[in-house]
Amino acid sequence: MEFTFDLNTIWFILIGILLAGYAILDGFDLGVGSLQLLVKDDLERRILINSIGPVWDGNEVWLVTGGGALFAAFPHVYATVFSGFYTAFMILLFALIFRAVAIEFRSKQNSKIWRQSWDAAFCFASILIAFLMGVALGNIVQGIPLGPDKEFTGTFWTLISPYTVLVGITTVALFMMHGSIYLAMKTEGELQAKVSSWINNTIIFFVICYVTTTMSTLIYFPHMVEHFKSTPILFLVAILNMLAIANIPREIHHKRNWHAFLSSSASILALLTLFAIGLFPNIVLSNPNPEYSLTIYNAASSQKTLMIMLIIAIIGIPLVLAYTISIYRIFRGKVKIDTHSY
Amino acid sequence: MTTEILARIQFAFTVGFHYIYPPLSIGLGVILVMMEGMYLKTKNPLYEKMTKFWVKIFALTFALGVATGIVMEFEFGTNWATYSRYVGDVFGSALAAEGIFAFFLESGFLAILVFGWNKVSPRTHFISTIMVSLGSMLSAVWIVVANSWQQTPAGFHIVGQGLEARAEITDFWAMVFNPSSVDRLLHVLSGSWLAGSFLVISVSAYYIIRKRHLDFAEYSLKIALLLAGFASLFQLFTGHQSAVGISKTQPAKLAAFEAHFDSLAPAPIYLFGWVNEEQQQVKFGVAIPGMLSYLIYGNTQKPVTGLNAFSPETRPPVNIVFQTYHFMVAIGVLLIIISWLGIFLWWRGKLFRHKWLLYVFIFSVLGPQIANQLGWMSAEIGRQPWIVYGLLKTSEALSKAVTTGQIWFSLILFTIIYILLFVLFIYLLNEKIQHGPEEADEIQSEYEHQKLVLEKNKTF
Repeated sequence: MEFTFDLNTIWFILIGILLAGYAILDGFDLGVGSLQLLVKDDLERRILINSIGPVWDGNEVWLVTGGGALFAAFPHVYATVFSGFYTAFMILLFALIFRAVAIEFRSKQNSKIWRQSWDAAFCFASILIAFLMGVALGNIVQGIPLGPDKEFTGTFWTLISPYTVLVGITTVALFMMHGSIYLAMKTEGELQAKVSSWINNTIIFFVICYVTTTMSTLIYFPHMVEHFKSTPILFLVAILNMLAIANIPREIHHKRNWHAFLSSSASILALLTLFAIGLFPNIVLSNPNPEYSLTIYNAASSQKTLMIMLIIAIIGIPLVLAYTISIYRIFRGKVKIDTHSY
Repeated sequence: MTTEILARIQFAFTVGFHYIYPPLSIGLGVILVMMEGMYLKTKNPLYEKMTKFWVKIFALTFALGVATGIVMEFEFGTNWATYSRYVGDVFGSALAAEGIFAFFLESGFLAILVFGWNKVSPRTHFISTIMVSLGSMLSAVWIVVANSWQQTPAGFHIVGQGLEARAEITDFWAMVFNPSSVDRLLHVLSGSWLAGSFLVISVSAYYIIRKRHLDFAEYSLKIALLLAGFASLFQLFTGHQSAVGISKTQPAKLAAFEAHFDSLAPAPIYLFGWVNEEQQQVKFGVAIPGMLSYLIYGNTQKPVTGLNAFSPETRPPVNIVFQTYHFMVAIGVLLIIISWLGIFLWWRGKLFRHKWLLYVFIFSVLGPQIANQLGWMSAEIGRQPWIVYGLLKTSEALSKAVTTGQIWFSLILFTIIYILLFVLFIYLLNEKIQHGPEEADEIQSEYEHQKLVLEKNKTF
């Protein structure tokens, strides 16, 4: 497929950026959620939860906006994927609801059982969300059965395969690593020593999953590497990804947690870029009938809408970046618990 | 039950539950701006105490709004895939604009509003409060634009045939300012201001009756009463504008509002009644003859298009639209009476002397909530059988890949979770109300507080 830099391609990239923004930002707070049961003391748990307190709902807005942008730019993808992944998606929605409510409710009561139940719900929901997102990505790589009318023809169980489960677990591992690095930045003293000790374990967990996923992708889904064969320069992204991952333990060793966090963010970005390059110009692969795949052309809105949306994005994205950066600046530094905290 | 009925019940239930919270956030947002603005102007610590208390309530409603709102963003795709394919080109851009322009603004500044008291200057905090309030209203703008386009589609053309047909945008601004957007937006906003102000009125009246936090409660109640007085009248005005608009753009809906069947006759307005759709009659009704004709055309004799002008399969169900509409109007009128009676007594210096009125205030919180739900029911059921008026039928808009069993599964789970959420919401709201505002000796001025926190942090 010839690469043309048209509106459809721009929107493929922009939705990729929104999803990458979501993965990098909500990724760390899902990671924090998955890990917070590892500390037992209530004050320590509150510090972990408040490290993401002011930012988690802003992070989730990236997902909501990504969904809206997908609806507007590629309505067929939005319709096919969400109706096709119905049951899986409903479970994801329930997890998102529970997570939002758990963080809001847990500190409202002093009762131990109350707090422990919400903490468990928060942890479970965070892991489940990360896992299901991974399963969804796995299905996009593997391809899903589509009919000529662009409709999904499988069932819930079509979506569950060893490969998609593997990608799901990899995503959980990735977010745990990302979250533990974030926590190292936001904590101090004894608690920081504790969370720092998680980083190595999560890195090892992630690297094992990552290598296994990469091997199985190369073996079972060779279509994902075609662009890398025809345009070898793209292999640089894979190298950058490896370097970013390898850099994390180095930065941690030198106690430069912020640099480690940047590296981890860069590796998430690189991973999604590799995924996007492998997929392009398809968005949803049809398996077994590849001719029914949804591409950036047959699934897109009109050129006029893509243009309008581009103008909206050009106005909106600088504003979004400005808010995001200023919020993170205002809440930078170590977490302090006060009367307004969760 | 059929997939269509189940999918409709699910959408109605999830959106109805969601709609408890955003109007509260929008209304409380305006009240927070008023309170914090008064604090900055007068430096009276009472206003600060009020702002801090209501911010906590705001955060609770906001969290539930976000949690239940994510569902809505994706439900078009999960349950209404054919609709999404048909309208994505037009409808999607409004949703995406809502995300980019409203949600980021809201969620970003919310962090400062709730957690930033000791992190930024009072001025910056006030600006954040304004931004959150603005963001919540902007999200109403885009979502009402999207919904209004379903009511009165404009700025598009149909491309393709049969199953491939879909709406494509031709004029973005014509889509945004479609014939019903502005009227309906103003109606939704003032309904939201009422929801927020009557929550404040209700809680404050409760404190006054219990003789707790008296200064706090009296000041809060007065500020909310100002907003309620304005919004209740504005609601009447925007409601009237909407009805005049509907007479042109969706005559079948207007006819259903008043159960008006015969196109050749001048139309009355019913105070109440029960519609027998078979016999095309309103039973037990009390009507003002010619009033609908008068309100729309300024002439009691002018005929209004009736339901018989439409073929039976394109008419909405009449009685439910009639009832929801009439109850909404009745509540709206009651809210005007309550708020203006309150303002009148305030002017006479007797606002807090009448215990019965305070009891009415306590229960008044339900008024806007019920009226908002009823209003949306009459708007949405009155549009049936269309999902996009005149273009696409609701029955043709479903997801083809989704089975009845799947919708049952999600509907049951939603019901369980939402009941749980609602119980928790009421429980926590009650806890916060019982706890009341932080007492003055607990919080010094914000400056003192900052110094204190800084000192404490140094000792670590």
